[in-house]
Amino acid sequence: MSQIEEVSIAKFKHLVSERALTGETMLLNMGPQHPSTHGVLRLLLELDGEVIVNCIPDVGFLHTGIEKNMEAKTYQKAEVMTDRLDYMNPLGNNLAYCMAVEKLVDLDVPARAQGLRVLLVELQRIASHLVWLGTSGLDLAAMSMFMYCFREREQILDIFELVSGQRMMTTYFRPGGVWRDVPVEFEKAVRDFTSIFSKRIDEYEKLLTKNPLFIDRTVGLGKLDASVALSFGVTGPPLRASGVDWDLRKARPYMGYEQYDFNVPVLKDGDVYARYLVRIQELRESLKIVDQALNKLPLGPVRSANRKFVPPPRSEIGVDMEALIHHFKLWTEGFSAPKASIYSAIESPRGELGVFLEGDGGPKPYRIHMRTPSFDNLSVLSQIVKGHLVADLVAILSSIDIVLGDIDR
Amino acid sequence: MGVEQKLGNMGVVTTTLESVVNWGRTNAMWPMLFGLACCAIEMMSAQAANYDMSRFGMEIMRASPRQSDLMIVAGRVSKKMGPVLRRLYDQMPEPKWVIAMGDCASCGGVFNNYAIFQGVDEVVPVDVFVAGCPPRPEALIHGVMTIHEKVKGESFKQYAEKYK
Amino acid sequence: MDKKLEPIVKAVQEKFGATFEEFRDEVHLFVKPEQIVEALTLMRDEQNFELLSALTAVDYYPQEAPRFHVIYQLTSVAKNLSVQIRMPVNGSSPKVPTMTGVYSVGVWRERELLDMFGIEFEGHPDPRRILSPEDMEGHPLRKDFPLGYEEPQFTFNFDEIGSLKPFAKE
Repeated sequence: MSQIEEVSIAKFKHLVSERALTGETMLLNMGPQHPSTHGVLRLLLELDGEVIVNCIPDVGFLHTGIEKNMEAKTYQKAEVMTDRLDYMNPLGNNLAYCMAVEKLVDLDVPARAQGLRVLLVELQRIASHLVWLGTSGLDLAAMSMFMYCFREREQILDIFELVSGQRMMTTYFRPGGVWRDVPVEFEKAVRDFTSIFSKRIDEYEKLLTKNPLFIDRTVGLGKLDASVALSFGVTGPPLRASGVDWDLRKARPYMGYEQYDFNVPVLKDGDVYARYLVRIQELRESLKIVDQALNKLPLGPVRSANRKFVPPPRSEIGVDMEALIHHFKLWTEGFSAPKASIYSAIESPRGELGVFLEGDGGPKPYRIHMRTPSFDNLSVLSQIVKGHLVADLVAILSSIDIVLGDIDR
Repeated sequence: MGVEQKLGNMGVVTTTLESVVNWGRTNAMWPMLFGLACCAIEMMSAQAANYDMSRFGMEIMRASPRQSDLMIVAGRVSKKMGPVLRRLYDQMPEPKWVIAMGDCASCGGVFNNYAIFQGVDEVVPVDVFVAGCPPRPEALIHGVMTIHEKVKGESFKQYAEKYK
Repeated sequence: MDKKLEPIVKAVQEKFGATFEEFRDEVHLFVKPEQIVEALTLMRDEQNFELLSALTAVDYYPQEAPRFHVIYQLTSVAKNLSVQIRMPVNGSSPKVPTMTGVYSVGVWRERELLDMFGIEFEGHPDPRRILSPEDMEGHPLRKDFPLGYEEPQFTFNFDEIGSLKPFAKE
């Protein structure tokens, strides 16, 4: 194991101002172990008193080699890796990956599976925003937010456990549909959640939205201009809080999002408070989609009937020779994808989650790249914290809503 | 006469110094607030309202290694994070314990590749391994209770030999 | 191909002599490294592709010319269009011009390519590794870099693997 090396300032000379070299400003190291960096992020700060002159993020402390590792697995087996990518949004990652594989091999998805995918992904979006709300509340000293948000999140995780048997890393979506149909208790569990959750959002808003302490610490902080945001590749709620109406669910509907009636909240201010309001409104919109998806959920199969890519149900294997052959082929060798590349993207809670997938005609992906939203969203941090106090950095960082697993991959 | 009179009818408990010390250590074991990856979210769940780990005297997560007794390695440890983790461990005051939470911290989990330590026991000595990807909050609480059992069985003689 | 995309593809073709491929309604334009900055500037300023969604690369080892394809996935928010620009790069230690002046997202994404593929971007403002440790050798996402698989420890080979493992001391 390599030891921690002493780094001289010469290495960062081009990133800090000249005053740092003479010792006039101070260099302060924040992280990788820090309670409010939301993981293992290291920020090198150049401070003039308490004012931030420069901020140099250092990422990679959670670099997992997911892309390389997925290249060594077949298309079905590589999916478990995507769960652990953005661990606040495992089902969303599954969806992005499955959509990419389905596009590459040209595979259909039945209507019921599409409905289930939308429903569960929106529940996941709510769960992800709840973690964000709870932890950023903690950062701004609103301790009780954390307790309330995790209470509701547990209810969503119980639903996931009901359908897949796992709380977080579900791998429930598979190329060509979902793992299996939901149990009968599913509808009641979701209805129980949707019936109370709207009131719960009101409760959160009562605690924060008009709270003068919260407003003092958020309004006007970390202003992000729309053109800067686009140039830095910022997507998701930070982009919409800066006045750009860009949501892939509306712009390029996938999985039948065009059937659902929902709004995309867009605000102009581009500060921490605007990002907070956008996410709170997204909670309400997601709740609307969950309600509609549950009411509209069609009956029928949940997996494609294309046996070249989707394994046959257990009941067929005993009676049908061909089904047995397909089953054997799919679980030993896997299915082959054409020698071509595609890019497909979904709207994750953090922004555009894209998958670049290239096949080489064999059963393993030749190259897979996950375009993760947090990576680009974090790269804009050094632009928007300049001139703010150190204490406000915490608020700005949490308003971007980064997940380190998403950044470092 | 003497002590019984002063105490009224509260009674007298006799015990050994060892058990008092170990009892104190188990009931105020402060973990370090240090999450790495997915398991950190389940660790937060264990702290939150539904599971409420503070029932076991663990409500205070210390953000500084110098104030904590227990390190919960919650998540995968990359080659870049390893030296940092070791430094944090070295900064913790004795006696200290380590829980490797989850498959990645225990043995590398699904990530058998160039970037991840195949088990955090290559970096810091581990007392309890908790299986699961990620482990449920109950599993983490069970891991903590297991470490409590371990601490209750420790004797001064062991400490003396360890820090000779 | 999308009707709205046709004039754009035509404009790039005429100006840079680029070829293009199509697969499942996605358009891939092939542009030479020396033209890439100009091509991206044209896409941003004249064709409203204001968002560079993804910047990545593919390694075609052992093929040498071209060994890499650098991939620029462009998105137009105003027109709701996407197009992919591919830049074939020759050789094992290539140097290509940076496009950080066109899209700022390149500052981090090009660092990632430098780290993962060893593609150097000339004129990059901050050429350091981003994800791997500074002292690491090699570039992980190249095809000639090993995955680094270690044999898992089971009951039957517990002692054998355990004796090889570097366990930490107090």
